[in-house]
Amino acid sequence: MIEVRDLCKTYRVHQRPEGLAAALRSLVHRRYDEVHAVSDLCFRIADGERVGFLGPNGAGKTTTLKMLSGLLHPTRGTLAVDGFTPQRRDEAFLKRVTLVMGQKQQLLWDLPPVETFALNRAVYGIPRAEFDRTLTELTDLLQAGGLVGKPARQLSLGERMKCELIAALLHQPRVLFLDEPTIGLDVSMQATVRGFIRAYNERTGATVLLTSHYMEDVAALCPRVIVIDKGRLLYDGELRALVQRVRPFKRLSIRFAEPPAPEVLARVGEVLSLEGLAAQVRVRGTDVKDAVRDLLGTLAVADLTVEDPPLDEVMRDLFDGNTAARGAA
Amino acid sequence: MLRALRAYPTLLRVGIADMIAYRTEFLIWALTTNMPLVMLAVWNAAVDDGPVGRFGRPQFIAYYLITMIVRLLVSNWVVWEITMSIRHGTLATRLMRPLHPLWAWSAEQLAAVPMRLVLVAPVVVALVHAAGSELTRDPALLAIFALSLVGAWLVQFFLMVALGLASFWIESSFGLFEVWMGVNAVLGGYLVPLELLPEWLRSSTGWLPFRFLLSFPVETAMGLHPVDVALGDLGIQWAYVAVSAAATLALWRAGLRRFAAFGG
Repeated sequence: MIEVRDLCKTYRVHQRPEGLAAALRSLVHRRYDEVHAVSDLCFRIADGERVGFLGPNGAGKTTTLKMLSGLLHPTRGTLAVDGFTPQRRDEAFLKRVTLVMGQKQQLLWDLPPVETFALNRAVYGIPRAEFDRTLTELTDLLQAGGLVGKPARQLSLGERMKCELIAALLHQPRVLFLDEPTIGLDVSMQATVRGFIRAYNERTGATVLLTSHYMEDVAALCPRVIVIDKGRLLYDGELRALVQRVRPFKRLSIRFAEPPAPEVLARVGEVLSLEGLAAQVRVRGTDVKDAVRDLLGTLAVADLTVEDPPLDEVMRDLFDGNTAARGAA
Repeated sequence: MLRALRAYPTLLRVGIADMIAYRTEFLIWALTTNMPLVMLAVWNAAVDDGPVGRFGRPQFIAYYLITMIVRLLVSNWVVWEITMSIRHGTLATRLMRPLHPLWAWSAEQLAAVPMRLVLVAPVVVALVHAAGSELTRDPALLAIFALSLVGAWLVQFFLMVALGLASFWIESSFGLFEVWMGVNAVLGGYLVPLELLPEWLRSSTGWLPFRFLLSFPVETAMGLHPVDVALGDLGIQWAYVAVSAAATLALWRAGLRRFAAFGG
């Protein structure tokens, strides 16, 4: 469905120091730096996959998504999305994909979303019966029936994102490029959007490539992740395997019935915190079974949960490790 | 092309709805098209001592009121729209739709015409009342006038799109637009009827595009030229339609490769 080979994108960026003298100098002589936003990126995504596209700010995620959706021309390399070369912007290609950007909107600001939907129906040439059916399905899934008649500017951020998603999916695209679709939304709305994307993917078999800084989005939606940093591929594979590779530890959260003996806790693993009757202990994944048996056998445990390390921490470790490796090199 | 034409009525309908939402700003903007009235006041005083060339008081009244009408009908703000969408990256949302943005921009600008007609109506009434005798009654010239209005709209649209697309290469097109407006005011006949310009300046207006955006329709409505001359000018105007459309499409293709889709 999506194939990316040796993809590169280089921007030419005007550089100027601060101050009036520098401003005047830049009138006659401009200095440009080349910024390699994406370098030799390769990956493939199969039909119907949900893939998280991760990386720190400036990693090249959005640039890659924009190349995949045909907005940017690659400097080098090849791209194919559903058999099309995106930058050619064939009509058939544009009818098969959608790009949702959490920080951009396609809704007409002063008009109710229904007007944007009508515009999209005309532009995408959606037959009336199909349009009505899809619109009903999407508004039901997002519980957005009461919103579509209000001017877009009077909708809350979350309500607007619901309507953005409807506008983006009315033509039933086969490929969804989602760039921070939950940015700025509250926790409940994030969950709604995540549920909706998952339902759409499962119902239609559409391929989803998602960038998000909210790791809950990725954990809930994407069995596979592609991680890039400074435009280069760092990891491509299962999310679970990434977590095990970067942070091969589990976190035990324990509540005791009576104060525990600190030396027993220390024997089990690294004590992250111990406050009163509550403790957190970090244990290597392979040692979890023994640690739990030890704790239950020797201490008065009232409650115990085993958790993966937070994905945010995994990512931080991954990027810090990458930075350190580059520094060493 | 066929689907764009099928979508066009919806684009126009939504554009009109959007225009109605912006009606107050639109009316305030329309009031800025008052320069012809200022110039009319100036020339009205000047002709106390007798006509200037072929222009006496009735001719000046007709000229500036028709200028106002043509200006209201053919001008557009697409250069702002395009410049801002390139600078802020919002062009991306248009590019994701399977419809060339030129269609959408043209519909948005055409959607303003019905509301502009509301403003034009009282000016037409004033024109007929004050200087109706200066309007041509020749059916051939009236037909050429109608076509010249369409031609003027199209040339103005394509040239303003081309100016806006310059934002692919430079930071902003607004400076270019200001220069254009200054030159256009003189060489397009907005300030002074072209035949009253000094010969050295007037001679350049025959082939430059400015005259065909404003003065040519006005001259035709006043019957200042015989039909054969007006027809020749109409041919030049429509050649400008073709050239400006081709140049705009070429600029679009070249510029799109430079689009950085900034923001987000």
